[in-house]
Amino acid sequence: MVDLIKRAKELIESSSVKVVIGYEQGTGNKTRALFVENSEDADKLIFDSRCIQNLAAYITKKEIKEKGKMAVAATLPVMRSIIQLASEFQVTDANILVLGITPESKLIEFGNLAEVEKFVHQYEIEIDVRNKEMLDKLEKMTQPERWQFWIDELAPCFKCYACRAACPMCYCSRCTVDFNQPQWIPVPSTELGNLEWHIMRAIHLTGRCIDCDACYNACPLSIPINLLTKRMLLDAKEHFGGYQPALKGEHLMSTYKPDDKENFIQ
Amino acid sequence: MAEFEPKIVAFVCNWCTYAGADLTGTSRIKYASNVRIIRFPCTGRIDYMLLLKAFDEGADGIIVSGCHPNDCHYTSGNFHARRRWIMFRSLCNFTGIDTNRIKFSWVSAAEGAKWADIVNATVKSIRELGPYTEYKKVAKYPEKEVNHG
Repeated sequence: MVDLIKRAKELIESSSVKVVIGYEQGTGNKTRALFVENSEDADKLIFDSRCIQNLAAYITKKEIKEKGKMAVAATLPVMRSIIQLASEFQVTDANILVLGITPESKLIEFGNLAEVEKFVHQYEIEIDVRNKEMLDKLEKMTQPERWQFWIDELAPCFKCYACRAACPMCYCSRCTVDFNQPQWIPVPSTELGNLEWHIMRAIHLTGRCIDCDACYNACPLSIPINLLTKRMLLDAKEHFGGYQPALKGEHLMSTYKPDDKENFIQ
Repeated sequence: MAEFEPKIVAFVCNWCTYAGADLTGTSRIKYASNVRIIRFPCTGRIDYMLLLKAFDEGADGIIVSGCHPNDCHYTSGNFHARRRWIMFRSLCNFTGIDTNRIKFSWVSAAEGAKWADIVNATVKSIRELGPYTEYKKVAKYPEKEVNHG
């Protein structure tokens, strides 16, 4: 990504941004986030198919915000996250510059968030075939089978909260899972507590999750927790016509229609 | 062995279903005594975590009830609640929680008889389903404490 390095250098040298967030070579075959604050560091910037971490998770962090205006090397899911965060008043044009990377790996710089929004709206949020198959498989199971599936899948979870840390939408300064008055979710890893934690996570991401799979990629045990949010995504489509992150307009779960349809309320 | 007496927790709104349940009593309509009513200011306040906690604490069934659409004391609480229930119920279903054990209903302050019917029907269906052992097993809730309604 020569363009990206060049542009990052320009931005830093001209002081138009204080920090550029991108990817660098990490340990092993992994990439990690890089925070470029001086132009020499910009040479470390890379971009390839291994760069799947959602960098939008950093833009709500106090430590980054304090630095001043930031630029983010943003793939499509990251751009979606940024738009969602902007709609939740977490980021504005004044503190972010989006260096978009298109699905064809081309660099486009956006003047403002409205342009980013226009760009992401060209692409529907789609669930990939492999996960779709898995969802269908679960759908075909009986209720006790599904229960057993999730209890077994979630049992090894030791609540490292990597999923929460990786998620750009999980920026609450105090998460429900950390509450102890009342203690909604037990602190130690228990079969039921784990299920409650992941149900809670999925519910809080309903109508906000943009399906970047960062939670699944961050999970050290590769538990398919992204299936829960994917299911919510499909439900949002089925019941309320789906959603796209947008700068203006109501959020899916903070609004309603008087004629929302259901078939289970007596 | 005595017949299984399910424990039912009812989360109801103050303005409609709670008043409706009151009417059931003042109308001297007899209905199953398995239900424990928890009064909320509005259905919009009924957090999904409370439902999970009810099962955790040993409930075999749950009733969630409030004002009919357009009748909410706070104008839109039940509309918001309905959206949440649609998503939550689907997620429960997806994670294998038995959605037959959670009954959602609209009961107005004038529907004392409907409340009795809802409770009786729920008790009947939960009695057929039996104790929620699946959930209790992972919640490690002591079985002996559950069966005595």
